This record gives sequence, C-alpha cells and structure tokens, in this order.
Amino acid sequence: MSIEARPPPPQFAARLQRALGGRAGWSGFVVQILFVAALVWIFYEIVANARTNLENQHITAGFGFLKNTAGFDVSQSLVPYSGSDTYTRVFLVGLLNTLLVSLIGIFFATLIGFLVALGRLSPNWLLSRISGGYVELVRNLPLLFQILFWYLAVLAALPGPRQSISLFSSFFLSNRGLIIPKPIGNPAFEPFVMAVAVAIAAAFLLWRYARRQLFQSGKLITIWPYVLGLLVGLPLVTALVFGAPVRFEFPELKGFNFAGGSRVIPEFVALTLALSTYTAAFIAEIVRAGILSVHKGQMEAGASLGLARGSVLRLIVIPQALRVILPPLTNQYLNLTKNSSLAVAIGYPDLVSVFAGTTLSQTGQAIEIIGITMGVYLLISLVTSAVMSFYGWRLGRSLEG
Amino acid sequence: MKRVSLVFTLALAAGLSTNAATAQTLKTVKDRGLLSCGVSQGLPGFSSPDDKGNWTGIDVDVCRAVAAAIFDDPTKVKFVPLSAKDRFTALQSGEIDVLSRNTTWTLSRDTSLGANFTGVTYYDGQGFLVKKSLKVNSALELNSASVCVQTGTTTEQNLADYFKGNNMKYEVIAFGTADETVKAYESGRCDVFTSDVSQLYAERLKLSNPADHAVLPEVISKEPLGPMVRHGDDQWFDLVKWTLFAMVDAEELGVTQKNVGEMAKSDKPELKRAFGTDGNLGEQLGLTKDWFSRIVKAVGNYGESFDRNVGSGSKLGIARGLNQLWSKGGIQYAPPIR
Repeated sequence: MSIEARPPPPQFAARLQRALGGRAGWSGFVVQILFVAALVWIFYEIVANARTNLENQHITAGFGFLKNTAGFDVSQSLVPYSGSDTYTRVFLVGLLNTLLVSLIGIFFATLIGFLVALGRLSPNWLLSRISGGYVELVRNLPLLFQILFWYLAVLAALPGPRQSISLFSSFFLSNRGLIIPKPIGNPAFEPFVMAVAVAIAAAFLLWRYARRQLFQSGKLITIWPYVLGLLVGLPLVTALVFGAPVRFEFPELKGFNFAGGSRVIPEFVALTLALSTYTAAFIAEIVRAGILSVHKGQMEAGASLGLARGSVLRLIVIPQALRVILPPLTNQYLNLTKNSSLAVAIGYPDLVSVFAGTTLSQTGQAIEIIGITMGVYLLISLVTSAVMSFYGWRLGRSLEG
Repeated sequence: MKRVSLVFTLALAAGLSTNAATAQTLKTVKDRGLLSCGVSQGLPGFSSPDDKGNWTGIDVDVCRAVAAAIFDDPTKVKFVPLSAKDRFTALQSGEIDVLSRNTTWTLSRDTSLGANFTGVTYYDGQGFLVKKSLKVNSALELNSASVCVQTGTTTEQNLADYFKGNNMKYEVIAFGTADETVKAYESGRCDVFTSDVSQLYAERLKLSNPADHAVLPEVISKEPLGPMVRHGDDQWFDLVKWTLFAMVDAEELGVTQKNVGEMAKSDKPELKRAFGTDGNLGEQLGLTKDWFSRIVKAVGNYGESFDRNVGSGSKLGIARGLNQLWSKGGIQYAPPIR
C-alpha cells in the first residue's frame, strides 16, 4: 500500500474565499455584501423616515425630556425619590424595581424548581404526584391571570391597616403590605459590618483549607464549630465593645397607614410569588430532564460507595446534570425578567410601568422611551446570558480538570 | 429564494418610505367610508359599549356628529378603545382620525405630541372618592392615605402637587387600566380613588355598593376634556372643531333633534346661515350645505347629548354646572356660525 501525499494546505486567497463566501465562493461573498448593504439601507430609511414624519407632525424628538421634572410619585423606590426629581431618576427607580423583582424571583424560582424536580423524581409516590400536579397546573395557566390571582388573593386574605395582624407589636401584616421595624445605623454600625466581613473571609479560608486537606491527604476536618464561632463570636464581641450596631424604628399606626418602619408592598409580594411559582414549574422540568440525562450507573456507583441518596445527588448527579440544565435554565431566567413587565397590571412600579407607562404618556415621546426600554431589557438579558455562560464554562472546566 | 428575498426587501423599504399622509385626513376618511375614532375602554357617560356593542356617551357623540357631517350617517364610525397611555401614540401613528377620549387639554399635550385640541366637550376637575365608613369629609383629612390612580393621566401629577402643596404624605399605587384601579380600590388596597369627578361618578356605579362611597367636595384641578386631531391638517382640525361648535350653537339657537326639521325652514338669518339655506358655510369646511342639520339630526344639540349621557337623563345624574351655556351661567361658549 503506497502512502498517499497529503493535499497541500489551501492558499490564503482560497481560505479567505471560503471564510467569506462559504461554499458559494466569491459570488456568495458579493451576495453577502449586498445583503448587509440592504440591511443598513433599510435601517437608515426607517430612521430617516421616522425623523421626517416626527418633524412634519411637530412631535418633539430627542432625549432632552430626561432632564425635566417628573412630577408624580412612586410607591416603591430603592433610591431616594420624590415628585420633584427628573425623568432620569424615574428611569433609575423603575430599573431597580425591575431588577429587584427579577433577582428575588430568580432565586425563589430556582429553589422551588429544584425542590419540585427532586420531588417529582422521588420514590415517594405522593410527593412525586404532588410535584407533577404542581408542574402541570402552574405551567398551563397564563401568567397574567396568575399574577392577578395572587394579587387579589393576597389582598382579599388580608385585613385593613387598622385590623392588622400584629406580631410582638412590631411586625404588622395588612392589605397595605408587611411592615417591619426599620434598622437605623448607630455609630457602632461600621465596626460591626467590618467584623462580619472579617468573619466571613476567615470562615471561607478555613473552608478552603479543610477542602485541600481532604483532597490531598483524605483527612476530614470538622470545621463547622469554628465557622459558627467566628460568624457569631466576632460580631458579638464588637457589639459588646462598641455598643449596639443598629437601633430600630418601630412602625406606628397613624391616620390611614403606618408611619415609620420598612414596608414590603403587596404588589411586590404578589408579583414575586406569581413569577417564581410560574417559572419554577418550567425549571422543575428542565432540572428533571437534566438529572434523568445522567446515566443510571452513576447513581448506582454512588450508592455502592455507601453515599446517601442526598449525597449522591449533590456530589455526583447534579454537577453532571448542570451541563444539560444550564442553557435552558438561562432561558427561564431571561423569561422571568421579561415577564416582570406584566407588573403594570397590579400597579407594581417596574420599568415598564413608570417609564414606558407614565413617563411615556406624560411626555409623548414614544419612540425614544420604547427604544430605551427595549435597550435596557436587551442589556439585562445579555448580561444574564453572559453570567450564565461564564458559570457554564467554569463548570465545564472543573468537570474536565 | 435570493431573488424573492430581494424583492421583498425592496417592497418593504418602499412601503416604509411612504409618508403616513397627514394632510389628507378628510379624503382618507371619505375613501375609507368610515371615521376611525379613539375612545376609552369603557367609561359610562363618556364612551362605553352597551350589551349589544353599541357605543354611547358624550365623547362618542362627538365622533358620531363628525361622521354625520361627512357621511350623513352617524353609524359610520369605527370605535377604537384605547388605554390612557396608548391614546396619543394611536393618534400620532394615524390609526385613528380623532381622539375623543376624556383627554385633558394641557399646554404640553397641545405642543409636544404633534396633535391639537379642537375644543372642550366637558369642563371637569379632579376629585376623590372614599368609603363613607372612613368618615372623611374633606380631602385635607387624607394625610398618610393610600391612593389608587390610573397611570398615564394628568391625575398623577395633580395628586403629587396637591399633597405636596398641603404638606401631606400619601402612597400612590398606579394601575394600567381604570378597571384594575377600581378593583384595587374596592379590595381595600387604597383608601382613596382619585380621578376626574365625572369619572368618579361613573366608576362608582360599577362598585358593588355605590351608596357606601362618597365623592369629596374638593376639586383640585382644572380638567377641560376635549377631542384631539393630528397636527398639520388644518382642514380636518377646523371640521372637528366646528362640529362641536355646531352642537353648542344648536343648543343656543334652540335647535333640537325633534324640531330640527321645522327650524330648517325658519326665516331667522342666523338659522338660515347655519342650515345653509343662505350662504355656503358648510362647503367652506369641506362639507355639504346641510352639515348643521345632519349633526343635530344625528346626535341632537350639546345640551341634549349632555342630558342623555351624563346629565339628568342618565344614571350618572351630573348637574350641568360649568358645562351650562354661557348665557345660562356656565362657560360653554361657541363662536357664531357666520
């Protein structure tokens, strides 16, 4: 058998041709250029056309409105806000409210989703049927309907502010929300925070050390008593030395509502509940699929090593399942964030409600405001995707390495 | 495939580059054979559909009058229900020809939206609806109250101004539609529902027990409600403006839906001008000579429309007040038809 000569590596021009035009060669390249040019031209036409139409109709255009005074109030704001602030501030308030409900929703959706998935795979007949029923019920009902249901159910179940359900006369639950004592920083607050930070850092280092010992020499070091001592002891000592880190402002019924204290508004509770239970149903199916994709032998191998079912799942199955779970899980996170824009139906002041709603109708600058809002959702989604991809990349590396 | 997509591209671009013809509204409406009219999503007295899908209300009558003036047929109207925040976009984009949706005339709306107000159909003001059980008699007792409001309205800003001006605290919860707002108010989420007074009376009818709720005496703002048209088409602007004026003038001249036939034969000079038996005023508007009698035949005069929809002849039972004719102590006034 004679040895055949390897074909020579393609020349630069040929490679370029293949890269740009694909199999169609140079003619394909020209078509692609034309296609891109046409896209650019269409986009330019749309913008130019919109501009002329706006000018012809004397509709104000541009972003100058962002500096104008908003003149309306918002029920929940993470940053100080009043009606005399600008529309830029309104934008920030809405954005933070959207991010808040999305992050907390994602947290609970993931938690509930994993639990339901494990429940559905559980050998316990009742548990697995209940989990299955939950998934089928929740994912097959429209989300807006669920949001309204939770909102009206939450409101209907709770009494008015004067008949609040009270706990220790400092926590109050009514249809105005959950009112809790508000912590206010004392001078001793800073040393306290530093002590907590130091304790956390020390506990982390300790954990790393114990892990390395376990992997290198197989020695199992019990660290939790030390960690607990650090986390409780160090802040306690600072509190004893410097005095109480915070004092509390207690809510008080004044007139129609409570004055003082912090408040969790029912709109937020209802929206978070609806978004997290709804998305959890989808996440549960994704996680279940992921776990089932790991070969049964892995489970049996873990069991034969003497590991408990929980440990097998935690140490062997879930890390492998995560590779399958992660991409569709990211989709669910993105969906949850985008779905939070249904907030306006129940009066939660998210970005779409206060910025693409009130601000839009007060200024009438639809194109700019919708443009900004779409851009923001795109950005949030891209950042979420990037974070999840990074996590997936790290996961892949640690599984291989 | 490539050729097809190229053709599609060209067609798309050509379609986009045609200007949304703004200066030809009357012609567009005539060609279409229908007037497209933006109304509310259901506000009794102003614009709401009955169980057969027929729209009624004082805002609806304005559109019917315009359709009657053009087509001599008040049914040639397509009503487009719009939320408060979508209404201006619908007008700007050309989806509707007239916006007749209890919209407050303000300077910024008149200048920056690319639209013009053509007159005032109803002089309103903002008020507060509360449960009687709260035993509140004045809006000044509302310190620390929770207030439900519909988003995308002048109401939100008036509310902020009023509470700030009186050094009172409050919590605002803004909903997308009037129905959601009222539902939240009824469920006890808020102590107060605020809106234009006429709307408070209308929404109160929808509550399960209207007698348990009262409108407070304070009126905290001026809310002149009127129809809007797109900027840049003066002929259309004049047409809609004079349709409303015709209704007001008809009341002043004593022309009603019932007597319009006899009045048309009158020898009085101002009636002859209005009915087109003398001169061609209707044609100057781009209409026919009998435009005035077409309008009154279709919807009656302003007073009749008011009584039928929001006044003594309706469930709302709102007094004429400011909306009485100028000659009878109100401020409804229309320039003369001459």
